[in-house]
Amino acid sequence: MLKKIVILLLIACFACLNTVFAAEGGGMPQLNPEFWISQIFWLIITFGVLFIVLTKVILPKIGNNLETRKSQILENIETADKQKEESQKKIEEYKKIILESKLKAKKYFNDSREKIIDDINKKRAVLEKDLDEEIGEVEKELSELKNKSGEKINKIAAETSAELIKELIGEEVNSSSIAAIVEDQSKINKERKDV
Amino acid sequence: MYQFNVYRIGPEIKLGSVDISFTNASLFMVISSLAILIIFNLGAKKKTLIPDKLQLLSELSYSFVAKMISDTAGSKAKPYFSFIFSLFMFVLFCNMFGMIPYAFTVTSHIIVTFVLAAFIFIGVTIIGFIKHGLGYLKLFVPSGVPMVLLPLIVVIEIISYLSRPISLSVRLFANMMAGHTMMKVFGGFVISLGVIGGWLPLSFSVALTGLEILVAFLQAYVFAILTCIYLNDALNLHH
Repeated sequence: MLKKIVILLLIACFACLNTVFAAEGGGMPQLNPEFWISQIFWLIITFGVLFIVLTKVILPKIGNNLETRKSQILENIETADKQKEESQKKIEEYKKIILESKLKAKKYFNDSREKIIDDINKKRAVLEKDLDEEIGEVEKELSELKNKSGEKINKIAAETSAELIKELIGEEVNSSSIAAIVEDQSKINKERKDV
Repeated sequence: MYQFNVYRIGPEIKLGSVDISFTNASLFMVISSLAILIIFNLGAKKKTLIPDKLQLLSELSYSFVAKMISDTAGSKAKPYFSFIFSLFMFVLFCNMFGMIPYAFTVTSHIIVTFVLAAFIFIGVTIIGFIKHGLGYLKLFVPSGVPMVLLPLIVVIEIISYLSRPISLSVRLFANMMAGHTMMKVFGGFVISLGVIGGWLPLSFSVALTGLEILVAFLQAYVFAILTCIYLNDALNLHH
């Protein structure tokens, strides 16, 4: 099958080539010099015009466009770099500021804490002092009262005993003697208590 | 081979006794040049930072050719940029217009490619002699060759130098002609084999069209880059 096709193709090929070259009769038209001069003439004219117009008008424009684009892009990149640098600088500055403010905040915090603690201590000291004073006063009073109480008791005892005697005997006794007796008695009592 | 025929369009124009009539070849030269001029003029017109399609096309072509020249011939070749750009675009557009069915391929004619190649050859030789004076002849005497071999090498170098325009022109012409002939032959197969057997050559024909478009670009590129290499020899004489 394949062989048949190949053979057929070959036959057809030869047939075609025969018809193709038979139709020519004069060989390759490229080698026919009839229009050579015309071709050269028109080649010079068209290529010359093309060359001149491209050189004088079009290529400089394209080159300019490319140049301007290149320079513009370079410029843009430069400005972008600059802005990047600036922003980085600013970021660093911000970081610095943030760090500083953090430190400041810490300092403030510590300061105020110390202040408050100081205040508290001071106030506590004042309060304690006040309390101590008051306690001291109270203790003094108490001790005073304690000291005085014996005398008072003696006095009261003397008075009551004087009255009692007055009632009992109906006669006034010298108060100083009663006092002396009461004193003696209380002394005895005291001695008894101490013993 | 009908597609390679040149015929007169319009009246016969004579310059003295020489026939310079407008032909279909001239027509396609004019069409190619006009297409290049229109496309690149439109592409060069706008000056936006972000290019549109045509602008991108023209600017990419510009930098493509500029890179090609600086890679092969160095920075000294900058003054010849516009010539090489025009050359590349002209050959490329002529090749590409030739790919349109029923169109005429300007570059499939040896006379056209030979005139271009000869112009390049003569121009490069003149540039070489202007830049280096008679020192340009050192191009034919490579350094580090034993004295015994030197006469032979010089002869070979001279022959290779003189054959440059021929190889340059024949390469382009033969590629274009062979491609178009092959497509014509396969197209003929499609007709002669008919509906049953015609599909295989048809698919070949389709594939060949893609190949031919590649060749059209490649040959224009080769033509331009060889010009750059010749220019490099003339500008930077290091052999």
